[in-house]
Amino acid sequence: MLKSQSLEVERIRADFPILKRRVHGKKLVYLDNAATTQKPRSVIKAISDYYMKHNANPHRGVHQLSIEATEAFDESRRRIGRFIGATAFEEVIFTRGATESLNLVRFGWGVPHVKEGDLIVLTIMEHHSNIVPWQLLAAEKGARIEFVRITEDGKLDEEQFEELMSESPALVAFTQCSNVLGTINDVSKLCSLAKRSGATTVVDAAQSVPHMPVDVQKMDCDFLVFSGHKMLGPMGIGILYGRRSKLQEMQPFQSGGDMIKEVHTSGARWNDLPYKFEAGTQNVEGALGLSAAIDYLDSLGMDKVRQHEEDLTAYALERMEGAPGITVYGPKKASERGGVVSFNLGDIHPHDIASILDEEGVAVRSGHHCAQPLIESLGIAAATRASFYVYNSREDVDALMSALAKARRIFCI
Amino acid sequence: MSSSDIYRELILDYYRNPRNFGKLDPHDIESRDSNPLCGDEIEIQIKVSADNKIEDIRFYGKGCAISQASASMLTELAKGKPLEWVKELSKQDILKMLGTSDLGPARIKCALLSMKVLKVGVYGYLGANLEDSVNH
Repeated sequence: MLKSQSLEVERIRADFPILKRRVHGKKLVYLDNAATTQKPRSVIKAISDYYMKHNANPHRGVHQLSIEATEAFDESRRRIGRFIGATAFEEVIFTRGATESLNLVRFGWGVPHVKEGDLIVLTIMEHHSNIVPWQLLAAEKGARIEFVRITEDGKLDEEQFEELMSESPALVAFTQCSNVLGTINDVSKLCSLAKRSGATTVVDAAQSVPHMPVDVQKMDCDFLVFSGHKMLGPMGIGILYGRRSKLQEMQPFQSGGDMIKEVHTSGARWNDLPYKFEAGTQNVEGALGLSAAIDYLDSLGMDKVRQHEEDLTAYALERMEGAPGITVYGPKKASERGGVVSFNLGDIHPHDIASILDEEGVAVRSGHHCAQPLIESLGIAAATRASFYVYNSREDVDALMSALAKARRIFCI
Repeated sequence: MSSSDIYRELILDYYRNPRNFGKLDPHDIESRDSNPLCGDEIEIQIKVSADNKIEDIRFYGKGCAISQASASMLTELAKGKPLEWVKELSKQDILKMLGTSDLGPARIKCALLSMKVLKVGVYGYLGANLEDSVNH
């Protein structure tokens, strides 16, 4: 039964060449989508077409190929902006990924604006990439950081969040969807509370933009970051969305070619947005690949993508609830979480589970998932995580469950 | 050999019932390290005899079956050996000890963590002793 109510999985799977390969002689069951996703033929073709037909350095030459590269690059920026509801071309900045986007905000906005004694508010469910840049910024500036806790059912403690807002933080950074718990935060509400307290808001959308409709206008955030490779696109390309007024008050991040208007021996003037933040020759193939990935996702419909993952998550939660020895982390209801299920099986270490699963062709992630503060707050050392995407089916969940049964047999639990 | 073949009865027995598990006081050598990817942690404490042998050894830690069983088996292997023996210890010795020919790049780090901890501790001790003898 490969047909879900929302997506035609069998047809989708045919678009992903890698899903045909076998692992250890078994059919590949790829459940590590929160780490990175596989690529459809159209994305691979967009990248190879660029190099076969149009490759040149954009924004520099007046020759035909350079014009084509520039147009394709600009169009991909518009395409990506439309996908997240950004109204202006200037508000979409290309980066290497969500991590670089966050570092851009740290250096471009944080360094000139955060002062000694300022408060930075994060949540305990953040990925390291949305913690470490702020820790370094706080150390540099003498600012302090507070982490918002989670409740017992893995949701953000909104009461504590509100309390912290009364202390007028300078910056508030939070994830829209936890990469471990799957918890979906009410970002519109959090942004509105933060805005009222005068804080600048940063939303980590690395696990949300690929999986559900996202609209930066409705959300009313100042910054939002995500990576191309977690949404069918290539690695090495990511986005920083920034509110125009915020981007204007920022200093450049990296400096060099393309981000300048004029350079003299006495100094330089910065280029206009968005180029002010894009030093050096950009990852044009990455931008085109991400644009093609977004075309693919839009052809499915983001509402349907979300529905499909919710169905799969509900099924996985149901199967796991009935299986002995499995502890699942995060909200109980699939409607409150993204397509991520982290769990432990008895006292078996997640790396042992992942090895046994790998032997069955089932690819999952094990460890602390780059979210050590969260893992510690859950009182565990590590967890195993299965994460879904558009090409996964209930059969994949079944394969996961039988591989887990094998692990249970080996470890005699 | 497939990676799950490693999960044989012997390994699981050492994992469930680790030998030489715990702390050693007093001790002459103490060394610890972790594997950032996995979160495996191993700490080794050694009491050195007058003739520079490993008189007693204990390990303490947490992590996957491979890292913990490997550490436990290594302590058994090391007990009574001269410190110099640790210098000769190789990846092949550890694989042989675990009864496998290969673990693959993802899991070999788990198996070798305890050897690394042991080597760092013993090298540090031998180096410090060398310095002492030079200084005197």
